[in-house]
Amino acid sequence: MVIDQKKMQSLSDRMVEAEVKGRSPWADARRRFFRNRAAMLGLTILVLVTLFALFGGALAQWSNEELDFSVMGRVAELGAPSLANGHYFGTDNLGRDLYARTVQGTQISLMVGIVGAAIAVIVGTLYGATAGYVGGRTDQIMMRAVDILMSIPYMFVLILLLVMFGRSMSMLFLGIGLISWLDMSRIVRGQTLSLKNREFVEAARATGVSSFRIIIRHIVPNLLGVVAVYATLLVPLMILTESFISFLGLGVQEPLTSWGALISEGAGTMNYGTLWQLAFPLFFFVITLFGFFFVGDGLRDALDPKER
Amino acid sequence: MSDLLSVRDLRVTFSLRRQGAMPWARPTLLHAVNGVEFTLRAGETLGIVGESGCGKSTLARALIGLVPASGQAEWIDGRDLLALTPRQMMAYRQDIQMVFQDPLASLNPRMNVGQIIAEPLVTHRPDLPRAEIRARVRAMMEKVGLLPNQINRYPHEFSGGQCQRIGIARALILEPKLVICDEPVSALDVSIQAQVINLLIRLQKEMGLSLIFIAHDLSVVKHVSDRVMVLYLGKVMELASAGALYASPQHPYTQALLSAVPVPDPTIEAARTIVPLKGDLPSPLNPPSGCVFRTRCPRAEARCAAEVPALAGGDHAVACHFPGPLTEAEIARAREVA
Repeated sequence: MVIDQKKMQSLSDRMVEAEVKGRSPWADARRRFFRNRAAMLGLTILVLVTLFALFGGALAQWSNEELDFSVMGRVAELGAPSLANGHYFGTDNLGRDLYARTVQGTQISLMVGIVGAAIAVIVGTLYGATAGYVGGRTDQIMMRAVDILMSIPYMFVLILLLVMFGRSMSMLFLGIGLISWLDMSRIVRGQTLSLKNREFVEAARATGVSSFRIIIRHIVPNLLGVVAVYATLLVPLMILTESFISFLGLGVQEPLTSWGALISEGAGTMNYGTLWQLAFPLFFFVITLFGFFFVGDGLRDALDPKER
Repeated sequence: MSDLLSVRDLRVTFSLRRQGAMPWARPTLLHAVNGVEFTLRAGETLGIVGESGCGKSTLARALIGLVPASGQAEWIDGRDLLALTPRQMMAYRQDIQMVFQDPLASLNPRMNVGQIIAEPLVTHRPDLPRAEIRARVRAMMEKVGLLPNQINRYPHEFSGGQCQRIGIARALILEPKLVICDEPVSALDVSIQAQVINLLIRLQKEMGLSLIFIAHDLSVVKHVSDRVMVLYLGKVMELASAGALYASPQHPYTQALLSAVPVPDPTIEAARTIVPLKGDLPSPLNPPSGCVFRTRCPRAEARCAAEVPALAGGDHAVACHFPGPLTEAEIARAREVA
């Protein structure tokens, strides 16, 4: 048999090659995600909306507090969107620049959504993973506490909180944060229960790895797929909740604004021929929710290929 | 040779609650391991065999402290492992490691090989610098027959046999004295089984390990073990050197087990006599009185239901009132019933 010297050489080169790079499950998921058209469209929308929130203010010719006295009182005739007077999205009923207001509302709504989801992810994951991993009586007590909190009609409590302690952003964050982690902790606990009897967790326990490190190194990384999917679906839910509260007039207060507040104002003047006051905030609201849902779906498909 | 581990009267009892039972209702007790006794000498391999549900894996998990157990397990230095607090146990965990049954399931899919093998080292020797840990991991990978340059790969990129090698490397990185192998090869192909077993035997010689080798494949156990212990319903039936046990089994259960081993030779296979066992394994929730094997034993008598046979007989210990080879008549009777 003739041995191909060149081939043998390349084989031996490959054998001694310094450290082959591994393909982690995360890298696989990323590849699948980037191949998903709908998810990429959603991600593009979200990136654009975020850029709009961060840098849109630089393009505005009016600040969000300034009243344009030239259009005041005749908003329906003079306040329509126009490039000439610098009101790209028109003005609101008081003559404030709607473009600047929308930028401001986008910032606040995104912040509420992301902070609410972040609280849910951090608190819910740790709480659920602890309850599921420790098990027994601790689990019983922790999960019954969640059941009790869930049985409270949260919208009612949130409205009461805002009425009693004043309408402030911090109160809104607190209220949304208090309720958002409950579902997450349940989902995470269920996943933890199925993970904790897997052999690799047993192997770690047999080696003497502490419970805290097992949760952090073995349980949580294997949960993150589910958590990531749920979190992306939670962000629009938080935005919706905040918008609903603001629509009722209890959420974000002037001079701050949010999508919900802007939509509420726009809806109030719908009949007076100033439809742009509703259309622009609503457009951003809708495409952002679409974006989050597409990204959430894409993440689920990417992280759990068996499900398809 | 001194005894590395001597286990006396080891019991693992699970208390089961019926679904929807009242909180004050008494739970049912399940004796998974019921008074097991054995000694393990340094550098020796003890094989543990038995059908599924007889408590093999539970015994292993009790020894390593994964399930609570009562009784005594005296380590070579005279300490009782079962009486230690978790903090005291930490020092001994370095010396006792385990290899698991399912090669892929025993590796965390989100960690790469380097992290997996290094985990015991990071846990027990936090003082070691990273470079030293990495060097040791690479050395260990080479030792178990993996290419060290694959240190950054993830478990799903390896075959079953390679995954088991990773599991073995993880168990050996701390240079333990005792490795408990819980059916390490039953999930692998036959050709890979041989590789992994020979690897274990080689490493045992190199590192002076003691092995507890759990399997339900009797030929594999014969190949690796110095002594073999036969379990049935959480009790030891027979404990003898591998040669003696396979050549002249004394307990009727052992004889039935050995007679069922297939022989890869058609003429011998056709000529051998199989002793069938009637019925199924009794429920461990409600084991038979006296000798637990009596309900399926072709030789059972009234005494077997009344008295629990003690494990007796020195080097070739048997727990039976009437040990000895089965006669033709008994085999014929066993066939009729089954």
